[in-house]
Amino acid sequence: MTSFSTMSLYALTIHPPSATQEAIPGDFLGNGRQQILTASGSRLAILEISRRQKGPTEVFSQDVFGIIRRIAKFRLAGGTKDMIVVSTDSGRLVSFEYLPEEHKLKTIHFETFGKSGIRRVVPGEYLATDPKGRAIMVASTEKNKLVYILTRSGQTDIAISSPLQVDTVHTLVYCLIGLDVGYDNPIFATLQLDYTRAESDPTGEEVKELEKELVYWELDLGLNHVVRKWSEPVDRTSNTLFRVPGGPGAPGGVLCCGEDNISYRRMFNTPSNVHRLAIPRRDGPTENPHRKRIIVAGTLYALKGGDFFYLLQTDDGDVFKVRFDAPGGEVKSITIKYFDTIPVATSICILKAGFVYCACESGDRILYELESLGDETEDPVFESSMFPADPLEDFIAPYFKPRPLTNLTPVETIPSLNPIMDMEVANLSMEDAPQIYTVSGTGSRSTFRTTRNALEVLDLIESPLPQPATNVWTTKLTAEDEFDTLIVLCLHSRTLVLKIGEDVEEAANTGFLPDTNTLGVQQFGEDCVIQIHPRGIRHIREIQFPDEDATAVHQSLTDWQAPSHRTIVACASNNRQVAIALSSGNILYFECDSDGSLAMSEQDIKIDSTINCIAIPDVPEGSVRSYFMAVGCSDQTVRIYNTSPDMDGNILMNISVQALSAQPSSITINYMRDKSPRGYSQFLHIGLRTGVYIRSHLDEHTGDIGDTRRRFLGPEPIEFARVNAAGESAILAMTSRPWLSYTDPRTNSLATTPLNYMKFKSAWNFEGEQFKGVICVSANELRIFTFNDLANNTTYESIPLRYTPRKMVGYHDQQLYYVIQSENNTLSVDTKRKLIDDDDKKKAREKASLKDEEMNGDEDDKLPNGITDVDELPPLDFGYPRQAGHWASCIQVVDPVTEKAVIHTIELGGNKSALSAALVCFESRENDYFLAVGLAENLSFTPYRYEKPSIQLYKVSRDGRSLEFFHETEMSEPPLALLGFKGKLIAGVGRDLGLYDCGMRSLLRKAQAPQCVTTRITDLKTQGSRIVVSDQSQSVTFVVHKDLVHPNRLIPFADDSVPRYTTCTDMVDYDTVVGGDKFGNLWLVRCPQKASEASDESNDGQHLLQEKSYLGGAPNRVDLIAHYFTNDIPVSIQKTALLAGGERIIFWAGLQGTLGALVPFQSRRDFKMFQQLELVLRADDKPISGRDHLAFRSYYTPVKSFIDGDLVERFLVMSRDSRESIVGQLTGNWTSESVDEAIWNMRGLYAF
Amino acid sequence: MADKLRAQQQLEALQSRYIGTGNSDTTKFEWTSNIARDSLSSYIGHPPMLQYMSIGLGQSREKTRIQLLERMIQPVGKPPETQN
Repeated sequence: MTSFSTMSLYALTIHPPSATQEAIPGDFLGNGRQQILTASGSRLAILEISRRQKGPTEVFSQDVFGIIRRIAKFRLAGGTKDMIVVSTDSGRLVSFEYLPEEHKLKTIHFETFGKSGIRRVVPGEYLATDPKGRAIMVASTEKNKLVYILTRSGQTDIAISSPLQVDTVHTLVYCLIGLDVGYDNPIFATLQLDYTRAESDPTGEEVKELEKELVYWELDLGLNHVVRKWSEPVDRTSNTLFRVPGGPGAPGGVLCCGEDNISYRRMFNTPSNVHRLAIPRRDGPTENPHRKRIIVAGTLYALKGGDFFYLLQTDDGDVFKVRFDAPGGEVKSITIKYFDTIPVATSICILKAGFVYCACESGDRILYELESLGDETEDPVFESSMFPADPLEDFIAPYFKPRPLTNLTPVETIPSLNPIMDMEVANLSMEDAPQIYTVSGTGSRSTFRTTRNALEVLDLIESPLPQPATNVWTTKLTAEDEFDTLIVLCLHSRTLVLKIGEDVEEAANTGFLPDTNTLGVQQFGEDCVIQIHPRGIRHIREIQFPDEDATAVHQSLTDWQAPSHRTIVACASNNRQVAIALSSGNILYFECDSDGSLAMSEQDIKIDSTINCIAIPDVPEGSVRSYFMAVGCSDQTVRIYNTSPDMDGNILMNISVQALSAQPSSITINYMRDKSPRGYSQFLHIGLRTGVYIRSHLDEHTGDIGDTRRRFLGPEPIEFARVNAAGESAILAMTSRPWLSYTDPRTNSLATTPLNYMKFKSAWNFEGEQFKGVICVSANELRIFTFNDLANNTTYESIPLRYTPRKMVGYHDQQLYYVIQSENNTLSVDTKRKLIDDDDKKKAREKASLKDEEMNGDEDDKLPNGITDVDELPPLDFGYPRQAGHWASCIQVVDPVTEKAVIHTIELGGNKSALSAALVCFESRENDYFLAVGLAENLSFTPYRYEKPSIQLYKVSRDGRSLEFFHETEMSEPPLALLGFKGKLIAGVGRDLGLYDCGMRSLLRKAQAPQCVTTRITDLKTQGSRIVVSDQSQSVTFVVHKDLVHPNRLIPFADDSVPRYTTCTDMVDYDTVVGGDKFGNLWLVRCPQKASEASDESNDGQHLLQEKSYLGGAPNRVDLIAHYFTNDIPVSIQKTALLAGGERIIFWAGLQGTLGALVPFQSRRDFKMFQQLELVLRADDKPISGRDHLAFRSYYTPVKSFIDGDLVERFLVMSRDSRESIVGQLTGNWTSESVDEAIWNMRGLYAF
Repeated sequence: MADKLRAQQQLEALQSRYIGTGNSDTTKFEWTSNIARDSLSSYIGHPPMLQYMSIGLGQSREKTRIQLLERMIQPVGKPPETQN
């Protein structure tokens, strides 16, 4: 007997993490150009950057289901392609070759070397390759290092040796690189520290004497072992190494960087060989002149002809160019010069094409174009001869003035949500589907973002019309034409014909019937155009524009009149066929005669119900006619008729019928790319009056309908237009907003995404000389737009914020958000202003004394008081002036809907930092809204120290757009969680939970649960009288509020037995809580039914107080329902619907920019299939990182009641054969198509 | 007897291979140091965790990484006086 858990969830990643762990340039495609390999979260991606595209495009991306720690590349001698090496938590060294044709990574090596997981002594934290591709070294943070030798065996195979182990006990490694030694034995260099001596010294003196060493490891290829070739003590603060080009005529060695120190070192050097540079410091009144910088990122760039330079970035973001003066390979001196300031990066890649890719630590990734190499600027150059080799000796610190970008020009940004600090899904702007609001970024690059599921379109033309149009068509004049010539607009009982030329103008004498509604326009036969109108069909031969102007000539006109007392209600046509539906329910069918005229078929169709719409596909290539016609009738059916003779020679026979849930409003048939062996198939698209869109596969030979997908698009009848989107045939579905139904470029399955565009009622494909796109009419406007890229189905709007956002609070009625922001180690505005004022005064004094001497006091020259452009650099590019122990903090009101800007800012000052916020409506203050903000002064984390923790109340104005300080109440500890609760404020103050009412001068405590949790309350959620309290390290505690006793009681009655470092929670229902923790887990816990009922039984909670606490905690324990590892720290979680009319799901946002959804399974049958599929995929499609999938998702706690949607969706990108073999292993009559559909439904019906 | 010896040897091999494998003579200092070092190295090794801490501290990831590595040298203070 199998037992099932009551709940099971399908975990989908909606938006993969965008935080870059590492990025390296290289030629991974083997096409002679450079791409960028990036690792973010558990995804590997290859970005291609081309001058033509003006921006990076992702050519490949795959989830490796392992934590990627480092990536490297190697190329064997004679190779034309860079191979990829990845170190993950799998305990294996894996390397790949990217196969561009097959779009996949081929595993070359798969070498197990240690335990899985991220451990102190298991190598994987550091990874380096020999520049000549002969060896790979992996190292752990402590002790172990492994060296693998790579050799070529045969033409293509790359053999790997068994690992050579180098153990150094009690040694911490700071950095590992492979040295450039030409074709000598490969040498690796590590920066390491041996702490043995400090381990046994009780006086604590030795620890100060410890030395950091630069150690060179030589791999002796002849003897097949690794020797410690040479080592030397280096500056204690050293943190990173860069390789210096070596070999004949080049210096070789390393650049060893530390605090205020960049030194050139090489093997067997003498102190006189060491060249050192100090890192230049920023000059300015707000800068601490004694603060030392470190190098956080950088890259070597070798120019043609053996010259090279480095771009090294400090923790302020300033990039310096370091050059060598090394004639003949002997280093005379090195120089450093300010280059530009860009955001602090994890990796900087310089490409040969002249681009610099900056993978920023926070916010959008930026692509720069290298304008110059920084030799022309007038920034000071510092030489190594100016500084002593020992950084402890005295020297004159170098200073420079930061300036706007001169050597780099930003070309393109890749939007990135990383790091997300808080998120909410809400429908503030009253659209069909809710929007995702996030606060993300750090420091001055913080933003408030609105993310929507929509396709970005590029607006090309927008022109007014004389009167509102209802329909639009474009047409060519002859079958050979490449571009459209005419635009036909149906105005109110009038038809307007426009000619597309240099500009669009009204065409005269085209032969079109002007004083009628038009139902359809079609280029017919060789050189004719037909216009279908309610009373008949007009057939126009050979329209031509002999002159350049818009006056046409045509050869002849033929009118076909509809039978008397009947009008045409619907029509469909292609180049050789026309079908019209009459008001009487008859369908007449025409074909193109040999001379291009209309020939009516003798057979017709008689249908009893009203005909709503007809569709005929385009003539397939090589055929004289298309085979089917689809008719949508008011009896809620779509019928398929054949238009080519069947075996008995009959046409217009009903061959299949599809019953619908409502009347069809529009139908169309087209060919779309799919996963079939041919690459494309014929599809029937049906739009219903209820706004449901149905796409079915229409068999080309039999006319059978199958493989149906349904989706609700909007609450209005759907109209279709066949269009061309980014080179693919697609369908534009128009309802309450426009949607595009297209083939997903990655998975080749159906995708439906709304357009980020206004609503319109009619559209048509447009192919002009200058551009291809979609023409549409909305009221009095004619618009043409185009699609750039179908790969990205989200659009962003971002509003810059001032400091790192910590929390956001929504005021949904007023469409506003309040964002609290605080910035550690940063000067506040007041301090900054004071420093600048002091500096100004000093300068003014100096100037005045100068002037006194000259005796010509010109008042205008006086420096203006306050902030001036000269003194303050724009923080967006340069960051804020930093100073340890200082805080800058503010509260901002953001209007993301109408003004799309920050509308009100309150600086906190006084070294305060805002920690928590809540919007509270106090019963006692006539239901006025207040913003409660938790604060602390002089906060520091290790050790945890603070002064004057308090809660400030701000009165929110009627329109919500401004805040007024009301009062401040001091607390015993920093309040990290606030929540409006039953017309009062509930606050987590340290371990205590308190309920407060608003008094005249301070908050008044009404109830308290002292020591409610074990560590610190970090989050509060409520439903009814129940409060779910999150603890910093001890999961959640359920608390009940009893308000019918005096004083009120807050009684904790259930908590967890597992420590969970909770970051965010939400109540899924009254008893169930979903949450995320700092280690990247998602979990659901449920309060036992009995305990839950007991908690609400009495009015005074007396029996709850009497209950005995269980093992030092609350009387009851919650049960674990589900558990899942995500590899990103969830920062916000919410139960919400994501689509218009969609079911509610659990939506979460991760720190590194992940957006994910947890979809509950509704059917046992589906669940069983997904469970089996996951099991089969785990075995048949093993993660390429070498990590076991089950172990990865069970990283800390065994995965429970979760199906990994990301793994399941791998099924969509697999080859047909492997899909069939996987489906064969499933029980329960599943076919590849039905599995496809089930996977599609899980995403399409709940998320995007 | 031989089994016992082998078990002893295997234990020793394990202890040298995986630091932190305890024995009867492990002192509190060694034990707590090992735990602290393991934790610190885990903070460094998990990219989201390192980023989380860096944001809290308002500094770059590299700086946090170096600070955590430095803390691994003597994570629980100086060693105690030996008794003999």
